Amino acid sequence: MERHFDEELRKLKTQLLAMAGHVERSIEHAADALVGRAAEAIPNIYELEEEVNREHKSVDEACLRLLALQQPLAADLRLIVAVIKINTDLERMGDQAVNIAHHTERYMADRAKPEVLVDLPEMFSETRFMVREAIDAFVKNDETLARDVLKRDDRVDAFKHKIYSDILKILQSGAKDIEQGFSLILIARNLERIADHATNIAEDVIFAITGSDVRHSPRTGPF
Amino acid sequence: MILKSENLEAWFGETKALKGVGLEFESNTITAIIGPSGCGKSTYIRCLNRLHEETPGARIGGRVLLQGRNIYGPEVDPVLLRRQIGMVFQKPNPFPSMSVYDNVAVGLKLGGIRKKRELDSRVEWSLRLAALWDEVKDKLARPGISLSGGQQQRLCIARALAVKPVVLLMDEPTSALDPVSTARIEELLTDLKKTVTIIIVTHNMQQSARISDKTAFLLMGELVEFGETSALFTTPKDKRTESYITGRFG
Amino acid sequence: MANQFEMEREMRAEQPGRRITNVLMCSALAFAAFVAIIPLVSVFGYVFLKGFSSVSIEFFTSMPKPVGEIGGGMANALAGTGILVGLAGLVGIPWGLAAGVYLSEYVAAGEKGAGLGGSAIRFAIDMLASIPSIIVGLFVYVLVVMPFKHFSAWAGGLALGILMIPTVARTTEELLKMVPVHVREAGLALGLPRWKVIVHIVLKGSLRPISTGIVLAIARVSGETAPLLFTAFGNQYWSHDLSAPIASLPVQIYTYAVSPFDEWHRQAWAGALVLILFVSSLNLLTRVIIKPSGRAGA
Repeated sequence: MERHFDEELRKLKTQLLAMAGHVERSIEHAADALVGRAAEAIPNIYELEEEVNREHKSVDEACLRLLALQQPLAADLRLIVAVIKINTDLERMGDQAVNIAHHTERYMADRAKPEVLVDLPEMFSETRFMVREAIDAFVKNDETLARDVLKRDDRVDAFKHKIYSDILKILQSGAKDIEQGFSLILIARNLERIADHATNIAEDVIFAITGSDVRHSPRTGPF
Repeated sequence: MILKSENLEAWFGETKALKGVGLEFESNTITAIIGPSGCGKSTYIRCLNRLHEETPGARIGGRVLLQGRNIYGPEVDPVLLRRQIGMVFQKPNPFPSMSVYDNVAVGLKLGGIRKKRELDSRVEWSLRLAALWDEVKDKLARPGISLSGGQQQRLCIARALAVKPVVLLMDEPTSALDPVSTARIEELLTDLKKTVTIIIVTHNMQQSARISDKTAFLLMGELVEFGETSALFTTPKDKRTESYITGRFG
Repeated sequence: MANQFEMEREMRAEQPGRRITNVLMCSALAFAAFVAIIPLVSVFGYVFLKGFSSVSIEFFTSMPKPVGEIGGGMANALAGTGILVGLAGLVGIPWGLAAGVYLSEYVAAGEKGAGLGGSAIRFAIDMLASIPSIIVGLFVYVLVVMPFKHFSAWAGGLALGILMIPTVARTTEELLKMVPVHVREAGLALGLPRWKVIVHIVLKGSLRPISTGIVLAIARVSGETAPLLFTAFGNQYWSHDLSAPIASLPVQIYTYAVSPFDEWHRQAWAGALVLILFVSSLNLLTRVIIKPSGRAGA
């Protein structure tokens, strides 16, 4: 039996997906700016951030309303709780993209030096893949996709460590661009955070589908 | 575990209303029984105090064990059993033309207790347990039916408690009451379970969620799922339970 | 959305025809009700007119005078009716109540085993209610008067009692059936045996309306004449012996009314008036009994 409530849930999901789309585009613009050397992409990130913040508030509002008025149970309840959490993770991802934008601007302030981006392009790739996969898992209600996201988190962590040690080596070998190196390290950290949020989203999706809480458990991954 | 049904079946003439229901009830807990209309939940609890067999043409199969003894054993007197397992009904039904006091005392008086002091203290005890004492202590001689609906139902609860049963069965006790009275009775039940084990049939799932420790879901005379209320309402194991509690049928 | 104007127009168009019909019907019904009251009013009025002047203290306190003498009263008949009604109550009330309780609590409830017997009892009571009272009188004549070889107050009381049974039984059954099932169940659920539930809860709760039924049954039998002709027979004197014939108001009225004496006719009218007032006041009494308990709490 189709319920009005199902219609409401569909609208909620659509709202969340729109927000996820904006966050993904933000990250894409950040990648373009740094890796693709397209400084004009940066203002887009700030614009999208405003939109994402608005959506953050309205998704929370919608969830609160549904909880109060419909007293949902079981899968409906888990879905709405998951949406509230995913909402937060998406908004944080947006914030991280903005941080990347700031650091990229600082990094590009001195163009005289040759650019050494170490493994950042690959890290960007992997992170963006995780974000896409987590959102897909939500859309398709697919537990397998979600679990794959969880496995990939270790890879991103490994990237971050490598980038840290690579840049440390470069600086120790005498290069004088400490500020630039610093910016790159911070960008790596932002990306790692984005990957963490993608992992959170995957955990929330698993909770919504199965009811099991898989957070904080040791992960078996390729690394 | 104070009460248990094993493969309980029940018939009304040729119609089988319960198809082998097995449930266990722990002492001092509230267990809710939910399910769509006609699923057999009222029939089930009426088998627990042997009220079902008072209907002509009704019979049961299986066993019900109260503290280990089968209540359908040949040596058990249903009248005495019902002093151990009390019942509160859907529509508040204070006895007509009896005062508040007499309503509460009737089970005691007709059960052989005559001494005024003892009656007085039991009546007060029961009315306090039913959260009604303060409202009626000056009106004990007024007719039972002069109270409001919510008060009448609490009077019926007091009446049932007066004979000190170990289990209290409640058949949709708040469905005829307004939300404020309902809330008051739910509050008192949560305290009451310290004194008596409660089994409540309800078609209001939020009520079951609010007050019960465990919930059983019956469908067409069968037990579909039984478990901790919080688990059943957040992560039900059976698809039918999920469909029912999310309102997809029933 | 229908045009509001059209709706109003439609409503108004029906008005005159409907209203007239309504008024006509109401008037017709009121007229019919009025016509139905006419016999009551005329009987009362006529008896009152004819009997009023003859009702006096003497009427209530003195014995009938022999033929030809003026004065006297119907003291013995009044006392006799009282005694007969009392005896009738002894028979009619307990048996009527018991039958009513049985029919309501066991038969109507559908107890197995009560099925055939219950239908038989109900049938019997319905038949009993429609047996002409004179036949009942004859029955008691054969049963009691003939073996003992004389008329008696016992016989009269028995006949009237038998006539009371169906009324009391039916009223009791109907009133008990009005007590909802869950009141009985609540009693059972308290761990009370069936009979205690019936007596202490169901019956006790219906005492007022049941006593109304009993009062009405008494009012009915106190005016019965035919059965008394074969049982109590009648007596011009005081009777202290219940196994002797006894006077009663209806029989005395009858005896005097068919006599050729004007004085006796006068007494008969007085007796008729007293009888009618007695029955009416019993009826009014039931209204007084019912009224205070009629308003249930909110």
